[in-house]
Amino acid sequence: MPRTPEAATVTPLHSDMPSRPGTGAAPAIVLEDVRKTYGRGASAVQALRGISFEIRDNEFFTLLGPSGCGKTTLLRALAGFEHATGGTIRLFGQNIMDVSAHRRPVNTVFQHYALFPHMTVAENVAYGLRRLRRPADEIAAAVAETLRLVKMETFADRRPTQLSGGQQQRVALARALAPHPKVLLLDEPLSALDLKLRQAMRQELKQIQAKTGITFIFVTHDQDEALSMSDRIAVMSDGLVQQVGTPTEIYERPANRFVAGFVGDANFIKAAIMSRANTEVTCKTIGGLELRADGKKARAGQRDVTLFLRPEKVRLGAPGQGSVDGVVATLQYLGNACLMEVDIGEATPLLVSERIADVDQPRRAAGDRVGVKLDPRSLQVLEE
Amino acid sequence: MTAQDDIVPAAALPGTKVRRAFGEVPGLKTLAFCFLAFLYLPIGVLVAYSFNEGNIVMVWTGFSTDWYAQALADADIRKAAMNSLIVAVSATAISTTCATLAALALARGGAFRGKVALLGLISLPLMVPEIVTAVATLVFFSSIGLRLGLGNVIIAHTTFCIPFAFMPIRARLEGMDTTLEQASRDLYASDWETFRLVTLPLLMPGVLAGAMLAFVISMDDFIITLMVAGAGDTTLPVYIYSMIRQGITPEVNAVSSILLLFSIAMVTAYWFTTRQKPGRNIH
Ligand SMILES: Nc1ncnc2c1ncn2[C@@H]1O[C@H](COP(=O)(O)OP(=O)(O)OP(=O)(O)O)[C@@H](O)[C@H]1O
Ligand SMILES: [Mg+2]
Repeated sequence: MPRTPEAATVTPLHSDMPSRPGTGAAPAIVLEDVRKTYGRGASAVQALRGISFEIRDNEFFTLLGPSGCGKTTLLRALAGFEHATGGTIRLFGQNIMDVSAHRRPVNTVFQHYALFPHMTVAENVAYGLRRLRRPADEIAAAVAETLRLVKMETFADRRPTQLSGGQQQRVALARALAPHPKVLLLDEPLSALDLKLRQAMRQELKQIQAKTGITFIFVTHDQDEALSMSDRIAVMSDGLVQQVGTPTEIYERPANRFVAGFVGDANFIKAAIMSRANTEVTCKTIGGLELRADGKKARAGQRDVTLFLRPEKVRLGAPGQGSVDGVVATLQYLGNACLMEVDIGEATPLLVSERIADVDQPRRAAGDRVGVKLDPRSLQVLEE
Repeated sequence: MTAQDDIVPAAALPGTKVRRAFGEVPGLKTLAFCFLAFLYLPIGVLVAYSFNEGNIVMVWTGFSTDWYAQALADADIRKAAMNSLIVAVSATAISTTCATLAALALARGGAFRGKVALLGLISLPLMVPEIVTAVATLVFFSSIGLRLGLGNVIIAHTTFCIPFAFMPIRARLEGMDTTLEQASRDLYASDWETFRLVTLPLLMPGVLAGAMLAFVISMDDFIITLMVAGAGDTTLPVYIYSMIRQGITPEVNAVSSILLLFSIAMVTAYWFTTRQKPGRNIH
């Protein structure tokens, strides 16, 4: 669907809000200290414990976090199904805390689709526009266009129960997109699909977002999904936001140990900081290793810091060629890479992922002695 | 030997030539057959003798449909049947509406004090002996001096039909996915539109089941109607009873068979409306 000025002010209820900025200058959503407590007294559950961040217009934004961290709760607070017990939520500048769900220009793709079983695919997709009292010809055109967008135009007259899971998923997406909401909320929409379909849908969702220019807020607990699709990610844990950033920032520069461990594999090495020059520090590990690492905020003399290192950032060479020698303890062959645990005399062995790119690359085996090269720029001091 | 044979009790194995389906209990078929005969034989006899030519009930003299013609021509029977229909239709409509609203309040109205007690109160009339309800209703009507003729009967029927209509509606509502209603609200539907366009259509099989149950129960009621109905307000079951007191003729059989036909028609209609149609089921 092309972004047109008409599409921008879709409904009367949208008109009291600022019209869609094309540049993405105004944030689509601003959350200020949003809290949600379920129940009260002894059995109260604090699902959201003060969430503050911004989501920009026209952004593919992902909420990533483990099960039970409050992702669905936050999404439901945005949709209006759940009343936040504290804080404010602004949508394009307007405080929507007291706006009921059916008046918010926000649509949801539900995890289990929630398609109306007594309506055809076309009726499902037309539902939102009909409630907005659009003219019939406009509705018919929008339904046809949206079904074409999700490649379901030949299924218009079927019932949802006559569709496969992947097809139902597309219809659910079309139904939420048809009224051209300002923000689309997606709660783990791909989790019920099989792996191949899930990967294909990632690309497609991304393309649909780009085509429609609608701000997507996508919930997942799958880090690959988050990294591959998002413009920005908010990593959540236990009702709090741990870090907001681009996939690269989240993966390469995690704000803390939780983010580093939750997104991708990571090595954590306990160390004390000996000295510091510019952003580079020299540390001593518990095993007695002296290493140089990247640490902007680290202070000399700090004990008990955690060094962080991605397994694929480690280079292996012949013994004596690296910062330290080690012995390959275990080895997993993954086809395109080799995942090893290398014992370097620390409390835990170092996780190393070596890409198998060259034919004449030396084949590793358990028990091999190797030289481990650690680049000071990829070894980071984590803030606790 | 298949794996299934191992599960059959050892005692059943030696000497047994007939291989039974797994889980089958010996003699169950015979028992089931006897049970069905016990249920349907009296009804079968009743219907059969409604086609008897002679006017002595248990002596078969020949086939005829005269008794049906006579019954249908009888002004009193027609009046009673009409009364039955008026009462059943009104009571069904009112009780099903009340039951639907009650079920909605209980399932979707959120938590409120006394919710469990209310649920019990709605279902309790099912356990109260009918004669108690009948006497209570009669005493109540006469003490407040309510004399609406057929209206009294309709009110009484509505009362005892509510719990019957309530049960299937509530069962349907409990099994319904609330995210469908959320999806509707999410797509700009007001609460009323959500109810009219999503909740009610999906609830309809339950409402129909409740309505049909209420209809059959009302058509069938004897004790309460006998107590409450005035002279001109006799329904069909009460009229049949008064006919029997004047001596059983095949005309009684014929009228009873017509009533039976009504019930069967109702059950068949119910079966067809609730049968899972492709694309109509809720998961
Ligand atoms: N209706 C509710 N009543 C009470 N507690 C709830 C309710 N809904 C959620 N919770 C609690 O709030 C916390 C956050 O739940 P939420 O559903 O938001 O998690 P989530 O991040 O979406 O998890 P998942 O990935 O498993 O879907 C959990 O501890 C959960 O038990
Ligand atoms: Mg969830």
